[in-house]
Amino acid sequence: MREITYAQAVREALAEEMRRDERVFIMGEDIGVYGGAFGVTLGLVDEFGPERVMDTPLSEAAIIGAAAGAAVLGMRPVAEVQFSDFLTIGADQLVNQAAKMRYMFGGKARVPMVVRTPAGSGTGAAAQHSQSLETWFMHIPGLKVVAPATPYDAKGLLKSAIRDDNPVVVFEHKLLYKTKGPVPEEDYTVPIGQAAVRREGTDVTVIATSVMVLRSLAAADRLAEEGISVEVIDVRSLRPLDADTIIKSVCKTGRAVVVHEANKFAGFGGEIVGTLVESEAFDYLDAPVRRLGGKDVPIPYNPQLERAAVPQEDDIVAACRSLLRESPRWRVRA
Amino acid sequence: MAESVATRTHAVDLPPERLVHMYRQMLRIRHFEEEVDLLFQAGRIWGTFHLYIGQEASAVGAIEALEPGDYITSTHRGHGHSIAKGASIPLMMAELRGKETGYCRGRGGSMHIADVDAGNLGANGIVGGGIPIATGAALACKKLGNGRVVMCFFGDGALAQGAFHEAVNFAAVFKLPVVYVCENNQYAMSMPVTRGLGSTDIVARAAAYGLPGVSVDGNDVLAVYAAAKEAVARARRGEGPTLIETRTYRWRGHSKSDANRYRTRDEIEAWKQRCPIRRFGDVLSSMGLLTEADRERIAGEVEAEIRDAIAFADSQPDPDPAELADGVYA
Repeated sequence: MREITYAQAVREALAEEMRRDERVFIMGEDIGVYGGAFGVTLGLVDEFGPERVMDTPLSEAAIIGAAAGAAVLGMRPVAEVQFSDFLTIGADQLVNQAAKMRYMFGGKARVPMVVRTPAGSGTGAAAQHSQSLETWFMHIPGLKVVAPATPYDAKGLLKSAIRDDNPVVVFEHKLLYKTKGPVPEEDYTVPIGQAAVRREGTDVTVIATSVMVLRSLAAADRLAEEGISVEVIDVRSLRPLDADTIIKSVCKTGRAVVVHEANKFAGFGGEIVGTLVESEAFDYLDAPVRRLGGKDVPIPYNPQLERAAVPQEDDIVAACRSLLRESPRWRVRA
Repeated sequence: MAESVATRTHAVDLPPERLVHMYRQMLRIRHFEEEVDLLFQAGRIWGTFHLYIGQEASAVGAIEALEPGDYITSTHRGHGHSIAKGASIPLMMAELRGKETGYCRGRGGSMHIADVDAGNLGANGIVGGGIPIATGAALACKKLGNGRVVMCFFGDGALAQGAFHEAVNFAAVFKLPVVYVCENNQYAMSMPVTRGLGSTDIVARAAAYGLPGVSVDGNDVLAVYAAAKEAVARARRGEGPTLIETRTYRWRGHSKSDANRYRTRDEIEAWKQRCPIRRFGDVLSSMGLLTEADRERIAGEVEAEIRDAIAFADSQPDPDPAELADGVYA
């Protein structure tokens, strides 16, 4: 299969969906001739014109709200919010309006809209352009939240999001845009609500999101050399959450490490731990569950500090090693 | 004097039955609101609501300028807009009573009454929150080429919200078919416009977006109608949005918690002397379209209609808690 970048995969999904469905259009800041802050939409305006690839004023509330209003009337807008940090500026329209319209109106409205947004640290953009705020939106009934980690999923999940009749927020990690992977040229979708087992293993399950999936897979390679067999789960759909895949895996391995870039405190990891201890996996746990998440600081500018603020491959290796040390196989399996 | 001359001029292009219909609509809103207040005091409606009494000419005048396929977005003070847009009063009453058969299956209540199929894109609990939604609906109308117009209601308080600026600028940039109607009822909860706005010349803001702005007496239903009609026609022609200010006054408190500490009884009384319904009734009488007997008959019919709606709502079932999560996702 041919390989393309994550950014190209997103662009391909947008183009194919616009060709497939007249109601689909994209709008956002500088997404036309400029191509978006990360070049994701580059060239789309040439094929689809400025009516369907709309450069908007610098107005997150208007962009998200206009997407919601257009969606209620049957359009399928895809709004780009230039940095996920700016979701906070348009949060009323997403949280109080788009997410709740259907329920508030007695189940009589549909809001088929997508908000795509680049998230995460690692680019030296500092505290207001580097956050991972997905947990904020996972907390809101009425929204769906996905975070593709591979080019294949970037295309397939975005297509599912565009075809979904609910507001879907797609978090695209900036560090993933240039990563390459196999992506079919033909039409396909990745269903929202299904996790992916990226690597099978027997000693410990690493439950990861977004760029942390790549770091977890690299960590798993290193740990394999030490004889530790790591299963890596890419959560990819944060809400709805595929709890079954996670629980099943932990029942098998008896050990779990959750890793995400967003702040550990009150973060997604807590939800996963809660899900595990409320499930049958509790009886299979051979060791306490580990959570790796962002430190409790705004993302700093200096590259050493920036790396130190979020989990790295070494941290995942160390967490898995220590879990195995605390609950060695000979002891727990005896 | 100038106002009454204007009123007569505007009245000319509307047939008599339409004028009487507008009078009745205003009266339906007034009686609905009065009964809602009584039901609350009797403990039969709970939660909160915001009464539109005194502002009826604004909703009726503006919405009468729309065609049936057009859309509105409304506010937390939205009962008047719903009724003017043709909502069923029994279904509204059922919603206020939290009933399964209400407009929102009892999930929304007063601040979220909507009827998307009938063009009401919803009241809104967030001040200014409906302005971007209306703008997006107008964007859809333009893209669909369906010739429809969106009318977006908000109060003077919303002018201080960022969403107002963002959405109006957005609509101006794309020349969207939307009419922004700022109902200036003089207070954002307790904050008078004179203290809450840097400039009380509300429609001067329109110039900042390159839009026409029109300020009208919001207690003169025909003046509102005339301004709205022109703005709707402009929007439908593809020439973009208009900002209209309707200058009016809310007689009752902001909501149920309001003790009216921020204004005087004299001020309220002075505005009651400018009652939009009595005033329009007098205009219609002077035109020979309504006799005193007609006015009494209409009032009686409206009272009976509201009474029936209350009885209907009484008879309706409550939602089933087992269906709590219905409607979160499509």
